[in-house]
Amino acid sequence: MPETLEKARTIAASVTDPEMPMLTLEDLGVLRSVSLDEDGTTIVTITPTYSGCPAMATMRDDLVHRLENHGLRAVVRVSLSPAWSSDWITPRGRQALVEHGISAPSPTRQTDGPVAISLLPTRRELSCPRCESADIELTSEFGPTACKAIYRCASCLEPFEHVKEI
Amino acid sequence: MADDSQGSVYDGLLDHHTVTDDSQWAFGTDFEDPLAGVDTTVPDGVDHAALAAYCLMLGDDALIYSHRLSEWCSHAPDLEEDIALANIALDLLGQARLLLARAAAADPSCVPALPGRSPVPPEDALAFFRSDRDFRNVRLVEVDNGDFAVTIVRLLLFSTWRLALLQRLVSSRDHVLAAIASKGVKEVTYHRDYAGRWFLTLAKGTDESRSRLLAGLDLVWRMHDEPFVAHPIESAVADSGVGVDPSTVADEVSVVLEQVFSVSGVDRPDLPQVGPVAGGMGRHGRHTESLSHLLAEMQSVARAHPEGRW
Repeated sequence: MPETLEKARTIAASVTDPEMPMLTLEDLGVLRSVSLDEDGTTIVTITPTYSGCPAMATMRDDLVHRLENHGLRAVVRVSLSPAWSSDWITPRGRQALVEHGISAPSPTRQTDGPVAISLLPTRRELSCPRCESADIELTSEFGPTACKAIYRCASCLEPFEHVKEI
Repeated sequence: MADDSQGSVYDGLLDHHTVTDDSQWAFGTDFEDPLAGVDTTVPDGVDHAALAAYCLMLGDDALIYSHRLSEWCSHAPDLEEDIALANIALDLLGQARLLLARAAAADPSCVPALPGRSPVPPEDALAFFRSDRDFRNVRLVEVDNGDFAVTIVRLLLFSTWRLALLQRLVSSRDHVLAAIASKGVKEVTYHRDYAGRWFLTLAKGTDESRSRLLAGLDLVWRMHDEPFVAHPIESAVADSGVGVDPSTVADEVSVVLEQVFSVSGVDRPDLPQVGPVAGGMGRHGRHTESLSHLLAEMQSVARAHPEGRW
């Protein structure tokens, strides 16, 4: 039993995100737990990054297929609480993002009480993932996937994506 | 003729011995319970039907507004705004899906009956097989988009109101609603910032952008008050600790709007409001004609093929 669980964990942890395949679901912080129930079925729990993330169904299918290819029956469950935070992206995941030209999220700021509105562009201490210049400008807080903003580097002039802090 | 001795990338797609399901055909469209594995037990002392009705209200606000915003897709002033509005619509669609699924789990009797072989999950049955009078969204979200300035004013009003509600719902006694809310808070914070920044930009931009913004504000403001009027369901769920009485967020919303208005050099309007129809508003199922047109488009494919096959 412990070997089966270890095997299931290893397989589940190696499944990659369908939108950002340089990240495993574990690197992204989406994989919450892997366990076995009484009859040996693998129970994998994942959490969505954003409420409308269309990749959830594909993540679930990929997990089930990979585990079944290794002879393991699997059921995928959803966990909504606590809500996913970009802080859960692992150091290895952050490294992989930058290596693929995507800027990794800064730490989130926790605040109590009502959330203040911000009428100026969000200030982030970022550098261009290609040339490391800090001379960057925000193009849009919304990008090609729900989790990303779009930036432009004023030094190398290349656009790049930034995984937003939530 | 192509030489297919090397095989084709399409090999195996139709081989039913190796393909165990059809999920390769359409990305993200298969039917799966978004609350799979989530404990949907209703808290003690909470009326199941009232909780479901409340989740429909919040879910319909998100669903209908998501559809309106998605109408901007490929029509926005530039590519960045196109992507931004589509992203906001997608976040709201995700919230709607969870809220409608929560409504169905709390009270299955609220879900329209479909033919026996229909694969349509409960949240889709609620979205696509209810008529306009069964929708419980506030009328603010259903009226036509107007121009970009009108869109920005409505997004500012809606997201400021919804963020205030969601922040309170984080401590709902219903753990499912609380979890949906705490996720939504993070998303709607970005939506409100987006709307506030564009409001300021348009107000301080050119004469044209400012006049369009002020015209948009006068138009949208006529629907300002309705979201703060508590329906008896909202009062009931607030009393049982699972919901929020929307009249309690009015002051907080005013403070945030005043911040945006003052830096934008805009006065808070004081305008007559669109009144009740036959004694009711959106929460009672009384809507404008715009909702009927929206639903006709949104629901036509699902209603033509209720068994999900054609």
